[in-house]
Amino acid sequence: MDLKRIDEIISQHTDTHDGAYPPVIPILQDIQSEYRWLPEPALVHTAKRLRVPLVDLYGIATFYQSFRLTPPGEHQINLCMGTACHVEGAPLILGKLERKLGIKAGEVTEDGKFGLDEVRCVGCCALAPVMVVDEDYHSLKGKKDVGKIIDEKRKSDEKVSN
Amino acid sequence: MERLTSLEKFHELQSTVRAERPEDRPQVIISAGTCGQARGANGVYDAFRDALAERNLSEKVELKRTGCHGYCEVEPNALVLPQGVFYAHLEPKNIAEIVDETIVNGRVVEKYVVANADGSEHFALAQELPFYRRQQRNLLTLNTLIEPTKIEDYLALDGYAAFAKALSSMSRPEVIEEMKRSGLRGRGGGGFPTGMKWEFCYKEQADLKYVVCNADEGDPGAYMDRSLLEGNPHVVIEGMLIGAYAVGAQHGYIYVRDEYPIAVRHLQIAIEQARELGLLGESILGTDFSFDLQMSRGAGAFVCGEETALLHSIESKRGMPRQRPPFPAQSGLWGKPTNINNVETWANVPLIVNKGADWFAAQGTEQSKGSKIFALVGKIRNTGLVEVPMGITLRELVYDVGGGIPNDKQIKAVQTGGPSGGCIPAHLLDLPVDFDALREAGSIMGSGGMVVMDEATCMVDVAKYFLEFLEGESCGKCTPCRMGTPLMLEIVERICDGHGTPEDLDTLESLAKTIKNCSLCGLGQTSPNPVLSTLRYFRDEYEAHVYDKVCPACLCQNLIRYEIDQDTCISCDRCRKACPVEAITGELKQHNYYIHNHLCIRCGACEEQCPVSAISRLPGYNPPADGAEAKKQSPSHSTAVGSAGGEQ
Repeated sequence: MDLKRIDEIISQHTDTHDGAYPPVIPILQDIQSEYRWLPEPALVHTAKRLRVPLVDLYGIATFYQSFRLTPPGEHQINLCMGTACHVEGAPLILGKLERKLGIKAGEVTEDGKFGLDEVRCVGCCALAPVMVVDEDYHSLKGKKDVGKIIDEKRKSDEKVSN
Repeated sequence: MERLTSLEKFHELQSTVRAERPEDRPQVIISAGTCGQARGANGVYDAFRDALAERNLSEKVELKRTGCHGYCEVEPNALVLPQGVFYAHLEPKNIAEIVDETIVNGRVVEKYVVANADGSEHFALAQELPFYRRQQRNLLTLNTLIEPTKIEDYLALDGYAAFAKALSSMSRPEVIEEMKRSGLRGRGGGGFPTGMKWEFCYKEQADLKYVVCNADEGDPGAYMDRSLLEGNPHVVIEGMLIGAYAVGAQHGYIYVRDEYPIAVRHLQIAIEQARELGLLGESILGTDFSFDLQMSRGAGAFVCGEETALLHSIESKRGMPRQRPPFPAQSGLWGKPTNINNVETWANVPLIVNKGADWFAAQGTEQSKGSKIFALVGKIRNTGLVEVPMGITLRELVYDVGGGIPNDKQIKAVQTGGPSGGCIPAHLLDLPVDFDALREAGSIMGSGGMVVMDEATCMVDVAKYFLEFLEGESCGKCTPCRMGTPLMLEIVERICDGHGTPEDLDTLESLAKTIKNCSLCGLGQTSPNPVLSTLRYFRDEYEAHVYDKVCPACLCQNLIRYEIDQDTCISCDRCRKACPVEAITGELKQHNYYIHNHLCIRCGACEEQCPVSAISRLPGYNPPADGAEAKKQSPSHSTAVGSAGGEQ
């Protein structure tokens, strides 16, 4: 793991910051946008550099839902569990996705291709029920086959690798 | 752009950008908030760009990509100005025709405008649409006219004029007095008078003060703050500038949900633009007032919408609330006096300063002034963001603005206020929507989420849903909330599973009251609301689950069964193929399809795939003992009847 990159991220924040407590959250956010999760060596290094107990970093990384301590899938599927999505049938869709992928929410498929997460409201309630695959928002209203979106993703990946 | 060093320079710039933008200029405006883009607004934008270029109209017609216009149901949509024609459900292939007909020839293309439910009436102009007619779009109008990444668009429509007015002609107490007179109350949920809050902070003596914008819109089912930040970030910045001037703050933070990438991007651009123009920074417009602003991205914690938790999060700590007092006005960010308001509250500030407190106070009800944006979602025809005067009734909102309930269903309840709110039953639809009336009815206005529920919604399931949410979001600091919400959830889960006892209902009620009275922060204190309000208005549904082991809405998986109506079934084999657990047997065209109840996992796949709606959900896990129901399902399948009847 390239700890130099972690140092750069930390410096970007500590150089401009004037608060009493080091800006841990923005630093972790930037590390996560670099690696898509928070690898342990990165956390250990950050704790040393900032002179913050590792347990505090761990506390923050587990308190806030956007931080991941395990690698996500190559494609991350976030199923919205907001109120509007719930009344439009999101729980049944979750079941479908879990059966399709053979994993539970919060897990990643064995080949590492797909990760499935339940998320709180993504704020697109008019499209409910909503699924976000990577950056793309899909409205599943009236869509019977959610598996198709996954199949298509898989197919387009295969095309690229061929 | 050149930095503005005086008020005169500001007015000069204002006249320049206004002159460049005559009101009657031809424009095509695409609604492209997160939901618009998800529905294909960017493709529509590109099609307009190409079609205009092909006809050499790019110079003459201004094409804009704005934030959300509110009418999310019919996206992607476009507004053609100056005629005001509103086109809905657009696809890139329709665009050339619209450009030729409407922009070149000045005619309306009727097939792309919004029609009423039975198609008998078409509404070509935006102001004629029933969805818009009853609204009072004080804030959302600007969303349709401003390109959020262009500060000039905002400046041309009186942008930053309120700030300039306050800075040049009003003293700090005068600004606060104006806010107090307007009657503006916090739009984030609490409903606390904004002017009073400002006054508390103003009166504190300190070397450094902060203002904070709470953009951690966590309520599921509410997205007005996202739309404001995406569509008009400058109005929030201007509101904060006025607030900072009034309370004497030097620095500000906007704490925004990281789940809103477009809002984060537009806000960042807007802050940089304001800084470049000298509207943020040292000696603003040549005065001795200095103020700068930065964004703080949230990391996904619902409790951070609570003000003390939010402050801890900006300080890069765990977002846990603390006891108040001291209130943030006395001791907030890093111990300094801090004034926190919600996005929509800040956005109202420039309007009040520009148009006056009397203008604002003339709208709404006695205790709740002005307009409020609601997210009208769930089982309703016109989903979207609506801005209406306070005091409008729920019935007007649901039927006149929202167009009623789709699929000939009956309305059962309107859930307001997110997880801290409650469910208002259909018989209270004539309730005026303001802070106090909703609270009396056992709910709250909250940030303005309104989820409409129809007869197919199980109210016990709704209570379970919110408890799951709150259990996951409880920060764990105080015992009543940390231990109480899981206990309540356990009971409600038991009821939904058909194992509830009559004592459970009493325990639930007393637990709810304890949590309400003893929790530390707003999240805990309001967490029993969904349970208490559903118990109050829908006790019969709880009792059906407990005594009859039946889910009247046919939703709770343990209390329903699926059956095939043999008279309707066309024996097409689709359900058997769709079933993930091989619980359906039958042969193509043999009219012997049958669902084996003991194998069925109640996933709904067969019901969804059935082309003739022959599969339905029935109340009760097992068919009645006399076998009458079972006979109906499969008259020719003797073994199956046996298994269905005999299974436990």
